[in-house]
Order: sequence, then structure tokens, then C-alpha cells
Amino acid sequence: MKNSLNRFVPEGFKPFLSSHDYKTKKINLIKEKQTSNEIKMLDDYSHLFDELGIKDGCTLSFHHHLRNGDYVFNEVIKEIKRRNLKNITLAPSSIFPNNFQLVELIENGNVTKISTDYLNGPVAEAVSQGKLKNLLVMYTHGGRPLAISTGELTIDVAILGVPTVDKHGNGTGAIGKSACGSLGYAESDLKYAKKVVFVTDNLVEKVDNPQLDGKYVDYVLTVPAIGDPDGIVSGTTKITKDPVGLKIARYATGVLDELGLIKDGLSMQTGAGGTSLAVASYVKDLMKQRKIKGSFASGGITGYFTDMLEEGLFSELYDVQCFDLKAVQSIGKNKTHHAMSGSRYANCYDDNIVDKLDFVILGATEIDLDFNVNVTTDSHGKIMGGSGGHSDTAHGAKVTVITTNLIKSRMPIIKEKVTTVTTPGEDVDVLVTERGIAINPKRKDLLEKLKDSRLPIMTIEELLKTAHEITGVPKNQTRTDTPVGVVVYRDGTVIDTIFKV
Amino acid sequence: MRRSLLFMPGNNPAMLQNSDVFEADAVIYDLEDAVSVTEKDSARKLVAEFLRFNKSLPMEVVIRINGLDTDFYSSDLEYVVSDRIDTIMLPKADHDGLLQLDKLLTKIEQEKGLTKKIKVIPIIELAKSVLEIEKIVTCPRVDGVLLGAEDLSSDLDVIRTKKGDEILYARQRLVMACSAYKIDSIDTPFTDTNDNDGLKTDCEFAVSIGFTSKSAIHPNQVTTINKTFVPTKEKIEWALRVEAANAEALKKGLGVFSLDGKMVDKPVIERANKILKKAKAYKLI
Repeated sequence: MKNSLNRFVPEGFKPFLSSHDYKTKKINLIKEKQTSNEIKMLDDYSHLFDELGIKDGCTLSFHHHLRNGDYVFNEVIKEIKRRNLKNITLAPSSIFPNNFQLVELIENGNVTKISTDYLNGPVAEAVSQGKLKNLLVMYTHGGRPLAISTGELTIDVAILGVPTVDKHGNGTGAIGKSACGSLGYAESDLKYAKKVVFVTDNLVEKVDNPQLDGKYVDYVLTVPAIGDPDGIVSGTTKITKDPVGLKIARYATGVLDELGLIKDGLSMQTGAGGTSLAVASYVKDLMKQRKIKGSFASGGITGYFTDMLEEGLFSELYDVQCFDLKAVQSIGKNKTHHAMSGSRYANCYDDNIVDKLDFVILGATEIDLDFNVNVTTDSHGKIMGGSGGHSDTAHGAKVTVITTNLIKSRMPIIKEKVTTVTTPGEDVDVLVTERGIAINPKRKDLLEKLKDSRLPIMTIEELLKTAHEITGVPKNQTRTDTPVGVVVYRDGTVIDTIFKV
Repeated sequence: MRRSLLFMPGNNPAMLQNSDVFEADAVIYDLEDAVSVTEKDSARKLVAEFLRFNKSLPMEVVIRINGLDTDFYSSDLEYVVSDRIDTIMLPKADHDGLLQLDKLLTKIEQEKGLTKKIKVIPIIELAKSVLEIEKIVTCPRVDGVLLGAEDLSSDLDVIRTKKGDEILYARQRLVMACSAYKIDSIDTPFTDTNDNDGLKTDCEFAVSIGFTSKSAIHPNQVTTINKTFVPTKEKIEWALRVEAANAEALKKGLGVFSLDGKMVDKPVIERANKILKKAKAYKLI
């Protein structure tokens, strides 16, 4: 079967129609889990498996807030291996390179199914090589909570690392030796998994202002450490010094300004990459010059945005995930720096934040002549990322700007057709590169506003021609016909299929 | 007319590929100091091939060749001189060397059948060259002169400072000579690439003593230079008012008139015209 973008959809999955199609459909939520009367305290992963009766065929979920420093996911993997459990489904919100031990379990049939929002490193490579028995299911950050709340993704046990937990099961990520800030991606697991376990290395009497409500919690497992603080968050995220990145950021800011988006009450989101932060920096300069105050910034939050909050340039921050230490510190002390759930952030059936964004700055691994964007695979089709919140914010924001080098590693970033569609072109408005800016012709309103602009605005076809003049025309990659995964759009439909490489 | 001239190492393919995107009025592909002795031949071949094949080039292509006191300059010229380049930059230039370079270029232009005449920018980086600057600016092909303060400081055996008192005489002498012969006076690069405020101060000082242009050693310096070496908004507004008032005065047959209570005569009108010419060239009006 093919979807509306002419992309293959494996049997048993719903084909993508359009980014607006969810508005025509209703969903049925499953019941939130039964509240537990008594929380059992444990001190060993093995006891946890015994207590919960984790066995062959179970589905276990995790959040990724401890990122590349996470010990919880890896300890559970070790226990699965020790017990030689089979046909386990894992549903972490992301998988990082430090989860490399999972590869062996995939090869041995211990883990046969994975659903996640983002994966890179050795696990991504193993899945791309076709080692996972079932198809990988890749959600968006908003699509995952939707899938959990509708029962499409059923979780037997949510095993959630929580930096500080009290004896009532209330938890927070803001404090503790493994503090990671917001725990936004854990909330749906907490509310809808059949059983919930908090794993902590900081058990206290009482947690003030808990991010996670203890009423859903069945077990608290106390361990020496839930993560390596150095891998949980980077020390700082920095604005790029790369002159090409800075030029792209200047152009992007110019576009935003000429579109009238740098105004009082603005709301915005950028990624944590150096070029995105450079855009934020130029926007900040303009806001200060014009004495503008924004309403909010959202998404994964960096210290750059907490500085802006503290300087009075934003009224509020909505934070689903802290990207650096400064953001972690801020969420613990600034009352207007709010942790939010993945559902509140980006679930299209929730009163979500992304729908309130004026603009978002996003990246791209590839973008095609229809403005479809790939951030899931590289140009060989190998998995190296995933949507995260890419397609959620692209749909929600009034203006979606993609910033990218026109050429990376001698390859043009613009393709006639992207290898894998992550975000549909209908939600992508502006492409900014160092050699020119292309506006999606569907956004006639933007073209009209920019018609007298001195910015180098051209068609995306002209930009592609410019790239080809420098690099030559790359040969098309041939791919296998063996699907290894599906890219699930935020409404639960399949926007593209990932093939074995 | 140039505001910024950006140095690019000639042996770095990735940087060459992006050399036209930084909005420098001229890019100087460097075969001299940025390239080690063991890479001289590969750098000149790389630059020559890059210029031959790349369709998108900077507004002005300048090649800094190795000095005439080295074994490399003649091969540099043989490889890189073509219709794809505009200017040769000569390090440690002096009057005699510039005459020698003119002869060499004339010969190569004829042999290769070039359709244009290659210009020359000498670098003043010897005390001797500072003293003979009045002869240097009159040499054939010279349409701008760059001050090389680092080498000049070495020659003077003085410590190079950010404030630059040690090079003030050289700066002013160079500006005077270039201004007299209506060619570009190009200020020495600001070498602290992390100090943008310092760069801005240095640019503003250079503008205040009459420099027309400044060289950059990092692409991130170009924006500041381009912003500083153009007339300010206030100056442009003043010049436009002078232009309008002059048009009115001419209708009345007046050669001298008053604006804002100040007398406006020929030198003032010429200054206004210069400002407007520059503003138009850089699309500021």
C-alpha cells in the first residue's frame, strides 16, 4: 500500500493522508491505570523482575531524560539477558549510543520489537541491518503519548529513572545527584502503563512540587546510581562559531524579522544545535533593541533560553526536556520555567503547546523539492535519528523554518525526493541555507510578505541547481525492498517505511 | 571599491568551497603564510583547479603569492594567473619588486591570452616600504595597498598592540598616499578573532583616519567590517539633504547655500556625493 506521499506502507499500518487529517478523527482514550494503595520498596533489579513477574513477551517502557548517561535502561537489559527472556518489546522514548548492549539481545531474540521516537548509535545500525525480528516503530514525541493513551502502545511495566523520589512515590527530576530537569516524556508511561516502577538513587522523606504523581506508582527501586551525570546533560550548549552556520542564522533571523514575527508576545522554539542557538541569539538582540517581551519558548530547553527568561525576555518557558546543566538548575528555581509532559507538548489531541508557537527553527538531514524533510535516516537509508518533536512542531508552529547547510560532506542536502520522509512538506514553510532561501510555494502569504525583500530568496529548484553546480549530481542510492521499520506520523499513520541497508 | 578583503588558506578545500558565501568584497586565496613550505605546490594547484571549475566565485578574486624573495612566486603566478582572477597580492612589496611583478604579469597575460589586466595589491610590511609608499602607489596595476602590521612590527622590532600606536605613522602615511592617488587604503587585519568588540573599535578607528577598507583573517569578521566601512545612516541622510538642497540652489543659480545654518559649498557637496556613491554601491539607498 502507498500513502498520500507515494511512500510504501507495510500491511497492518494506516497510511498517512495529510498533517491535518487528525482533525477529522476522534480517539478513544484507555483508562488511566488503577492507583496503587501501597508502594513496595525494592533494592535490586532482580527482585523487581521477580516481583513483577516480568516474563517472555512483556512490553517494558522507559524515558530518555538520562540520555547518554542512563544506567536504568542498561541494567534492565542486563537482567533480561541474565534471565534469557524472549520476545520482549522495548518502548523507550529514545535510544542512545550508550545502549549498545541491546544489540546482542536483538541478535539473540531476547528483544524482538522496539518502538521509540529517536535512535542512533549501534542499536540504530543493528536495526538498519535487519537484525530486529519485527518492524521498528518510530513515533514522534507527540505521537508516542497519543499511542500510549489510546492503547495502541500497551505497556506492561514502565521502568522510569527518577532522580528524586519520596516514600509516597512522588518524583522530580529537578534535584538529586542525577538531576536531569524535566521528566516530561515519562508522564504517559506513568499514567497508562499496567505497572509503574520508579528507579531512584535519591530516596527522600518528601518531594515538594513533584513533577510525577506518586498515586500511579507501584514500586520504588533504590539503586546506587541511575546515571552518569556527565552523560545525562552536557555542561553547556553553545552558539556556533562556524561562519557558515552564523550566516544561515543571520538569514533565518532576517526572514523572521521581515515576516513580522519578532514582535511583542512572540512564542518560539529552536533546537539545541549551534546554528539554532545562533538564531535565538540574533532574535534576542532584536528583542532587546526593540524592548520586546516574548510570551514563551518551548521544547527541549537550553541555558540560552533560561538566560532569556531571567533577563525578562520571555514570560514563561515550557520544558519537556532539559538539554544542559543551566536548564536543570533553572527548572529547580524559576517558577515560570515549567516542566510539561510530552502530551501537553505535542500530542495533537491534547491542548498542546506546539500549536501555540509563532515559529520554530528546525534542522534537516535531507529536504526535497516538495519540502518533505528527513531527519530519520542518512542518505544511504541508515537510521541515525528520528522525528523527536520535528513533525509535531512543524505542524503546530505558524511558520516552520528549516536551517541547514546547502552542502554537507560534499553532498547536497536538497534532493529531488528525500530518502525517508519524517515531516511532510505541507508543514515546512521556509528553507534557509548559506546560499539562499526558499519559501514553500504553498505559503503564498509568506511570499507576498517577502516580495520586496533584499534577502536572497529563490526557488528550491534553483537552490538545488546551485548545489549541483558545486557537487555534481549525486547518484541515487539503491535500496533493498526489505522493510525494517516504519515512521509513524504524529496522528498514528505511517508516513514512510525504513528499509534494510 | 572594497570594504572587506577576506584571507582564505589556499590549502583547505572545505574553506575554498565556501569562500564566496561570506559576503566579503574580495577573497584573498593565500599561498603564502597560511601554507607550509611542504604544501606550496599542492596549494597552488588546488587553488588553480578550484578557480577553474567552480562557477560561483567571490566578487573579486585575489591571490596572495609568495614573495619575490622566495623560490615559489613564479610557479604561483604560472598556475593561478587566468581570467578567473582579478588581483595579485604581493607580500613584502617594494617599488622595484612591483615593477618586476608588472613585467612578469604582462608576459603571462600575453602568453595565456588573458582578456583582462590583472591588478596588484602590494602589502606594506617593511619599514623601507613605508618610506617609499609614495612611489609604490604609482606603480603599474596597483589599485589598493594593504598594511601588514604583523611583519612591519617585526621589522620595527616593536610589540604589536591592540590599540596600535606602534603602527599609527604607517597607517596614516599609507592612507595619505592612497588617498592622493584615489586607490583603496586597506587596513591591517585585527588578529583576535574572538574579540568582536575590539574588531569594531579597530574598524571605527581605521575609518576615522581615512582607510577605505580592511582585511579579515576570519569569515566572522566580515560582517562587522562591511557594516563599519560604509557611511552611517545619519551620514547618508545628511548627504541626501545636501543633494536636495543643492538641486534647489542650482535652480536659483546659487553656488553656495546654507543648510542647518551652515555654509555648503563645493567641497561639502563633493563629500556628500562621495557618501551617496558609496551608499548606492552597497545598496544602502
